[in-house]
Amino acid sequence: MTERAGAARGLAALPAARRLDKLGIAIAGLIAVTLWLLPFATFKANRIVSGKGLGLAQALEPAAAAAGLAVFTGIALLAVLRTAPAWRLAAAAIGLAVLCFLVGLVPAHVVPAGNTLARIAPAAGFWTLFFAFAILMADSIARLALGPVARVAILGLGAAAALALLASGAWGGLSIMREFANNADGFWREAGRHVALALGSLAGAVAVGLPLGILCHRSAALRQITLPVLNIVQTIPSIAMYGLMMVPLGLLAAKVPLAASLGIRGIGAAPALIALFLYSLLPVVANVVVGLAQVPATVIEAARGMGMTARQRLFLAELPLALPLILTGIRIVLVQNMGLVTIAALIGGGGFGTFVFQGLGQSATDLVLLGAVPTIALAFAAAILLDAAIDLTRGCPA
Amino acid sequence: MRQAALIARLAALTTLLALLFVPELFRGILEPLTENGAPAIYNQGSLLQLTLAHLALVAAATAIGGLAALAMGIFVTRPAGAEFLPLSRSIVNIGQTFPPVAVLALAVPAVGFGVTPTLIALVLYGLLPIFENTITGLREVPETTIEAARGMGMGGWRRLALVELPLALPVILAGLRLSVVVNLGTATIGSTVAAKGLGEVIIAGLQTSNTAFILQGGVIVALLAVLIYDGLGAIERIAARRAGRSAG
Amino acid sequence: MIDVEGVTRRFGAVTAVDDVSLTVERGTIAVLVGTSGSGKSTLLRMINRLIEPSTGTIRVDGRDTATLPGEALRRGIGYAIQGHGLFPHWTVARNIATVPMLQGWDKPRIDRRVEDLLVLFDLDPAIFAAKFPHQLSGGQQQRVGVARALAAEPAVLLMDEPFGALDPIIRAKAQEDLIAIQRRLGITIVLVTHDMEEAIQLGDRIAVMDGGRLQQYATPAEILAHPAPGFVERLVGGSDRPFRLLSLARVEDAAETGTAQGDAIAPTASLRDALAALLWRGTDSLPVAGTAPRHITLKAILGQAGRR
Repeated sequence: MTERAGAARGLAALPAARRLDKLGIAIAGLIAVTLWLLPFATFKANRIVSGKGLGLAQALEPAAAAAGLAVFTGIALLAVLRTAPAWRLAAAAIGLAVLCFLVGLVPAHVVPAGNTLARIAPAAGFWTLFFAFAILMADSIARLALGPVARVAILGLGAAAALALLASGAWGGLSIMREFANNADGFWREAGRHVALALGSLAGAVAVGLPLGILCHRSAALRQITLPVLNIVQTIPSIAMYGLMMVPLGLLAAKVPLAASLGIRGIGAAPALIALFLYSLLPVVANVVVGLAQVPATVIEAARGMGMTARQRLFLAELPLALPLILTGIRIVLVQNMGLVTIAALIGGGGFGTFVFQGLGQSATDLVLLGAVPTIALAFAAAILLDAAIDLTRGCPA
Repeated sequence: MRQAALIARLAALTTLLALLFVPELFRGILEPLTENGAPAIYNQGSLLQLTLAHLALVAAATAIGGLAALAMGIFVTRPAGAEFLPLSRSIVNIGQTFPPVAVLALAVPAVGFGVTPTLIALVLYGLLPIFENTITGLREVPETTIEAARGMGMGGWRRLALVELPLALPVILAGLRLSVVVNLGTATIGSTVAAKGLGEVIIAGLQTSNTAFILQGGVIVALLAVLIYDGLGAIERIAARRAGRSAG
Repeated sequence: MIDVEGVTRRFGAVTAVDDVSLTVERGTIAVLVGTSGSGKSTLLRMINRLIEPSTGTIRVDGRDTATLPGEALRRGIGYAIQGHGLFPHWTVARNIATVPMLQGWDKPRIDRRVEDLLVLFDLDPAIFAAKFPHQLSGGQQQRVGVARALAAEPAVLLMDEPFGALDPIIRAKAQEDLIAIQRRLGITIVLVTHDMEEAIQLGDRIAVMDGGRLQQYATPAEILAHPAPGFVERLVGGSDRPFRLLSLARVEDAAETGTAQGDAIAPTASLRDALAALLWRGTDSLPVAGTAPRHITLKAILGQAGRR
């Protein structure tokens, strides 16, 4: 109460410039420059050729363009003034919604009826506005200091809105959705592959890394060998790692028919899974070790003094108290894996990388987007979910 | 223990140099991996030149990204930039969830094939870890040390140059090491968008099903990354000792 | 009753505890006092075998502790430490229930016990049972720590610097409460401290340790009046020794028949308080409360304060 009163008094005493929000000025500047200079959408005569940029006014009917301009300018003004974070959050959400809706209107306005070859894609202007509103949103969420449940709820709302947008067909004319329509079966198959590889290697890493981490916590000698070796493994670039996995597995398949009949081959999911597993070990083991090491000595002493056995100490005191850090390791692994799986497509491992590298091979940028955008969305969602889980385990009991 | 580590380093370095300068030495090992009389030794260009191009790309990108990150990190930890600190931290956190390969892929539609999209992805990943660690390092400098510097009459810039940056250096270098390692890997993937680098060897092997190429490229890239990571770690330990921290 | 007989503990070349023997009578408080590295904590931790003795035997209620498995032994002995060691991820109630849970008590019995203990330690169960340790003040955390140590109704309670982390005012209250609870439950307590004042305040007997050896084991009055030459003498030999002696004796022990002017002093007050009252009022005698006409004189106090 007094704090607020003090702030109000402070505000009145300040010159006008200090009442503006610095970050808001940056965001508003970005919006202004974008609207003025950058193309909102790209028109391509067909899938492969490079496109022609269209400004907001060219891409949309006059009424829609004017409405968009008004909304975006309004949000820029709101960002510049020191408005309450909740208002800023709402403004950012409205901005994103309007932006996504407007870009869906472009094909109908620009492409002559009957032309099935032409492609419309969001251009630099769209992405920059998207970035600006996302920043405004991230900033207002940070200022609101939302709890884990609220953050997951916002993620859920965002995901639901995105799915509703895609399902509604409002984007049906955009090139990325055209690629999706061409690859609809493959898309869900590769999505399943992607998630299965990321989660499967994580599960393996936890199953091995948790006991290994506990052993490393107890034995300094084991720790001094294990951690540097795992560190070196992490350093090896992913393509090289996948390649190195292919060589022995390929030989194994050639020499041992049983291995081949089990589906173990130099190419495909097996080398990818092993490589991802090896990458995942370090974050898991290292975080288990750090997590166990930071359990207060007095807690261990009290547990011993009350007659807990070593097993009871581990399961009732040490592991629960190390849980936030162990989850942090799992977060690192999952986010990292979501990206690394993409590269597995190069060795036939499947996943969204299939579209990325096919697209790069065919110079079809829309196909690249079809692989890259879901990859980023998955990594992002994994990070938010696990951050919330970490906050929950850390927050209430500790 | 120490001696074993030294021997391992020397062995890695020797193997790397031999692979680059006298690849013929390995014909005996690589030949059995080829089929139908395919070449055992990479023959589509000089391995040495590819390595140098690879390193030049990583060095340029990390230098650009690192300097920008350093400047931004210093800015947001000064009173004038304090307003940007919470947001810049969350942007760094969000940015690092973006997979490098996805950034690389997104850069292609924006700027076309070749070295430029790779450079963009590499600069971004040169930026994020160094930015994060610059902020962490500068904020970890003890308040009492800064207060003492102020008390002795040091101005803002002198305090930064003589006290804060030297004390934050080990943490900043740890960020540098992380970005170099990530970038070495991302530059390898850059070969899929036609940037010159060691990825070419592995990709060529994948395209022609030539396991010998894959092995050569894989081993060279892996050894390069491990040796650079290790070397940067040594520099970091020296900086940590100078800053009076126990070497981590 | 605890019998320590010829116990020695070596860590490599260092002898932390060197041939110590002492007996703690049932229902009394023994305080182990000494500087850090004196071996007092090692001796305490050998009683519940957190550390195994190199040689010698320890018997609790006549039973050689070496004949029991360590964990079973420890579940039967309460243990409270400095900084309380409460489990940060468990509620107060669950913390207190730890040893009963380990011993497999049924849930209603555990719940009853937890509630009784919270009441005993002046913590309202409705408010405190569901709280987490970090939501409590330092004094409350310490009380929960002791309550947890007493949960399975042990006959013996070991305490290692239990009040070390408390500020002076809360500390004095915690010491009073401990004595009250000990008298009420009739348990045997062995307590480690580096603070001689605390040892005198709490101990029925004090064991002074130095360099791993037991220097003297006696009542507080005995240690103050006749300290063993050397370490113990230096430890208690400060200028405040007469005041420490006076704080051990009560007014009724030195009161004589007679009358005096002014407000009466309680017979249970310490002679130190009586001396303070005399000096403050500038007289040489005070009336003592009660039916018989008694008074306490400066001369009688002087007789108690010096070497006898």
